[in-house]
This record gives sequence, C-alpha cells and structure tokens, in this order.
Amino acid sequence: MEKFTRLTGVAAPLFRANIDTDAIIPSREMKRVSKEGLGEGMFADWRYSDVAARVENPDFVLNQDGFRQAPILLAGPNFGCGSSREHAVWALQDYGIRCVIAPSFGAIFQGNCVRNGILPLVLPEPSVAALARSDRPQVLTIDLAAQCVRGPDGTERPFTIAPADKEMLLEGLDAIGVTLKRLPVIQDFEGGYRARHPWLFF
Amino acid sequence: MARSLVEKLWERHRVADLGDGTDLLYIDRVLLHERTGSMALKGLKEQGRVVRHPDRAFVCMDHIVDTLPGRSDATLMPGGTAFIQETRAAAAEAGIRVFDIGDDRQGIVHVVSPEQGIALPGVTLVCPDSHTCTQGGLGALAWGIGSTEAAHALATQTLVVKRPKTMRVRFEGALPPGVGAKDMILHLIAAHGAGGGAGYAIEFAGSAVTALSVEARMTLCNMAVEFAAWTGLVAPDAKTIAWVKGRPFAPAGDLWDAAIADWQGLVSDADAFFDKEIRIDCADIAPTITWGTSPQHAVPLTGQVPDPDCTADANAAQAQRRALDYMGLAPGDSLIGLPIDGAFIGSCTNSRLSDLRAAASVLKGRKVAAGVRAICVPGSMQVKAAAEAEGLHLVFQAAGFEWRESGCSMCFFAGGEHFGKGQRVVTSTNRNFENRQGPGTRSHLASPVTVAASAIAGHIADPRPLLGET
Repeated sequence: MEKFTRLTGVAAPLFRANIDTDAIIPSREMKRVSKEGLGEGMFADWRYSDVAARVENPDFVLNQDGFRQAPILLAGPNFGCGSSREHAVWALQDYGIRCVIAPSFGAIFQGNCVRNGILPLVLPEPSVAALARSDRPQVLTIDLAAQCVRGPDGTERPFTIAPADKEMLLEGLDAIGVTLKRLPVIQDFEGGYRARHPWLFF
Repeated sequence: MARSLVEKLWERHRVADLGDGTDLLYIDRVLLHERTGSMALKGLKEQGRVVRHPDRAFVCMDHIVDTLPGRSDATLMPGGTAFIQETRAAAAEAGIRVFDIGDDRQGIVHVVSPEQGIALPGVTLVCPDSHTCTQGGLGALAWGIGSTEAAHALATQTLVVKRPKTMRVRFEGALPPGVGAKDMILHLIAAHGAGGGAGYAIEFAGSAVTALSVEARMTLCNMAVEFAAWTGLVAPDAKTIAWVKGRPFAPAGDLWDAAIADWQGLVSDADAFFDKEIRIDCADIAPTITWGTSPQHAVPLTGQVPDPDCTADANAAQAQRRALDYMGLAPGDSLIGLPIDGAFIGSCTNSRLSDLRAAASVLKGRKVAAGVRAICVPGSMQVKAAAEAEGLHLVFQAAGFEWRESGCSMCFFAGGEHFGKGQRVVTSTNRNFENRQGPGTRSHLASPVTVAASAIAGHIADPRPLLGET
C-alpha cells in the first residue's frame, strides 16, 4: 500500500452533506472485476453533463481551472455514506485524490480509505466550511505525523486520528500480513472458542 | 459489571486487545456477493493467500444477476457476466459454497443467510455490503465492510475493529394500524438525521420491537446503516429461536440444545450502560415516506414537503434545495396524490414473505393504475417458492405486477434496467439517493403496503383504507 506521510496540494471544495458512495462511483461505472480505470467514472453524474459521451459539466469543481489536479477534497458531514463499495475509494485513488477532509465519514468508507493509502481527515464543520469558502484554488499542507493541516495563510489546524489508522497510513502496512503474524494467538483463541461454541463450526 | 448485548458479543469474540480502543475480533461467518466479493477473492489470490476456513464463507449471486424469467449468466448490465463467472471460478478455487443462479436457495445475501441458518444469534458476521446489518435482526453482530477487509476476514478469520459507542433505541407502545418496521426506521432517521447513528452500535429494544416479527426486525436493522450506525441488532428471544430452528445450516440435536441455552443469555443486563439512549413513542409514528434524496428526508405520508427556508442548518437547507430540484417538488407539496410512474417491491429491506403477504393483502382483487410499471422481486428463491405455494404470485400478477426471479434488481442501477429519467417511483428499498435507481429517477422510500396502495392509485396513496383500518 502507498504510504501517506505529507501532502501539499490544492483542496477542491465539495462541501455538501451526505455525499454517498453511489455519487462517488455510480454502480454502472463499476464495469469490471478490477480497480483500474475507475477514476474516469468518479462523480460521473455530477462531473459530466452527458455521462455516456463524457461531456464535462463546467459547473463541477474538478472541471474548473486550478482544481483539476486537486489531490484533496473538502467535503460535508457523513462523506462516503451508503454502499460499502470500495470502488469509491479506488476511484478517488485512480483520479489522484489522496486526502478527503470532512466533519465526519461513513464508517465503512473511512475504513476503506485507510486500507488504500487515502487519509480521511476529520476537522470540525466550521473549519472545513472556512477552508471550503474560497472560490480560488488554495494550497493546503497535510502532515500526518504531526497531525496538522496548514492553510495558505499559515494557520495550522490540528486533527485527531486513531493511532492504528495513522500507523497503517504512515507505514503503508499490509494489514493482513500484520494480523497473520498473530496467527498463533488466533489459533489458540479458536481452540477455546470452539469448545465454548461448538454449534458454530461445521 | 452490567453489560449490554453488544459488549457481551464483543467480549466473546475478542482475540486480542490491540490498544487504543481497537480489538482483533474473531469472525464466525463471511458472506460475499459477485460485485464486491469478487474483488476480495481476486485480491487474496493476487497476494498468494488462502481462505482459512472456506466452510464458513458463502457466496450469493445477487447484485448483478438478472431477475427476468429464464435468466442465465448473461446480464442486461454490460459486462455483468464477467462478475458472475469470475466470482464463481474464484469461489470454486477457494472451496467456498455458492448459492448460484439456478440454485433454489439463491437470492439476496441478507435474505438467504438468515433463511439458511448461516446467520445465527450471537455470531459475528461480515460481508462487503453495507446492508449486512440487516442480519442483526437475529441478534447477530453483523456489519458491512469493504473488499480489502473481506479479504482480511477470509485470510485470518478475524478483523481489526474499533470499539463502537453503544446506543439503545427503544420503541415503546403499540404501533398504529398500517405502521410497520419500515415506518419505524424512517421515522427514527427523519427525527435524528442520516448521521444520527455515526459511531454507534445500536440495540433496538422496547415493547414494539419485542412485538415485531423476526423478519420485521431485519427490516428495522437493515436501515441502521442509513442512520450511519456501525450496525444495529435486536436481542434474540423465543421468537428468534423458533424462527432459526430447523434451518439448513443451523445446529441440530445436542448442539441445538447447547446453542439455545447460550442464546437465552444474549440480552443486555437490566442496568447496562449505553452511551446514548433514544426513546420513541410508537403512537407518534405514522406511515412514513421520503420526499427527497436522503433517507432523512422523510415525513408522515399525509405530510407536506418541507420548506428549506425554515431549516436552520445552512448545509441541510442547501441539501434540501438540491433535493427539491432533483425530485421536481416544491415546499408545501402534499406527498399524497403525487402521480407515480413506477412501483417496486423488493430489496434486502422489504422482500421477505411477510412483506409480500402484506403487499398482497392490499393488491388482492385490485389493479395497478394504467401507466404505472409495477415490479415485485422476491428476496430469495425460497421466498418466491413459499409465496407461490400460497398463491401470492397470482395476486401480484392479476393486479398487474411483474413477478421476478430473486436478486437485488432495481434497488440500484448498474447499467441494466432502470425506471428512466424523471420517473417517480415508490419503492420498498433503502436508498433514495440521486440516480440510485437510474439516471434522474425519483425514488420515494416507503413500506410495501404503501408501495402497493400507491401502485393501485397511480399516485402516492395511504394504504390504511385498503387494509380495512382507518
């Protein structure tokens, strides 16, 4: 997994509440058993005025000058709610988004981000609103180790993140590999668990 | 120390405390479907890893399969066949059972798993699908995950999980006539917002929940995710035990006796602590329907579309304005009487036998209004067979409903069938998001009886007069 340590880039405001994973990647854009090429379908219903012909909607922020290559999104509360589809995260990743800043996230989406090297960064709603207010592209610097977002005016905003998520992102860990190191502990547990709950085993 | 049900289930599955409120939890059951499960199996294979306990993993073909009679691997969704065939091949290679097209057990994963006795009270159960919480209706700790986490569960039989906060939602008192589990959960989400359950594992309790059928409890838990909850569950009781007994993968004989002795202790202690408690008086719940594009945009069926200018929160007001525009509605519009183009009964929310019986009781001897496309998709082939044994299919067909094979079908648009741009649909599903049921399709979430009554009227209609109750 790609590590996330420090990121400097333009933040694109998409400050709506409850942006769901159907909006991030519509079902019909999940065309193959693959992560590849999903970036093209990201936000397809908002990003294109004609989805089939891929005609850009000039009103959508990522189609506007200065925001096209933004690696950061500024979103409203409950971003990534709805369907568990990890394709939403793979689409963001394929497009080049490395961090989403929002007041809160859908739980499954948040977990999916961390497992794919994307930082789901939680800031209080007024802070996100303040950052999203500018119509012009502004550059933010995110330092995960220091847990801090630096704005264009030098203002620093601290953020919190679960230590396990932070470590996973900073180190680019393979979560399965980490857990498999505990296999003896799992096997030991399993023996006792099976004795206590034999009806759960076939 | 007094413990809640969620805490009890958590503790019995804890393999290791990883610190900072995170535990390694043992996972009893892993379920997969062809859209996201395919990616989990592919990921494992690419990493050269194996499934530790393939006998406790199951695949259901539900998301992409067609639901038209005479279906095969061919799909109306472009490219859908590859999802089906790649999942089938990967499952065979891993030694995982598949409830495949043509199998009389096939259906929507969250309907099939309880029906087959795969989900049981007290188990931990995961699936790369957000509506896995449905299975909490049996008293399971069941939650949705991504494909990468599903691969983790398959490879290790564990997951690394952050301990959720606990919430108890108590529905007290008798439900008014014509009000069911779907109305209860929409009412809760409307009152507390689509983000109201964020970070919580929710135990649904209270006299009204005790009175619900096991199937209705699954409807209630199904939309916990629409409340942003980590999951929802209902403590198992005698009704649950009777429901589970004799199912194909449920324990039998001595193991059954041991199981029910254990399950009887799966309740929250009387003085258990919850981080949050909500109490709802069921007398306040009316048949409920959504008007907008978030499940929190719900009002009593007899109500009106709200005015964003009266909404204090600026972000919420902006979302309401977008929703009004998308839905083609204006503040103050009455929901009852809005002409509809489609009616859909199905999905993991409301497609079980009790749902079909309730809808059929409204449809019996009546006809779907001209110009309304009405579709019923039973939740599983077992549900379909049971419904047909009672003659319910004849009621649906005589009324003018299409009677389909099982699957997720038009709950979402994957590139195959859809209702069409600007079409207004009353639907027993769980998500009214923009474009969810098709580009530009306008979805109103409601109970199966409201969908049936509206299909007959040709506009959004109150089912209560048709139920013989007012």
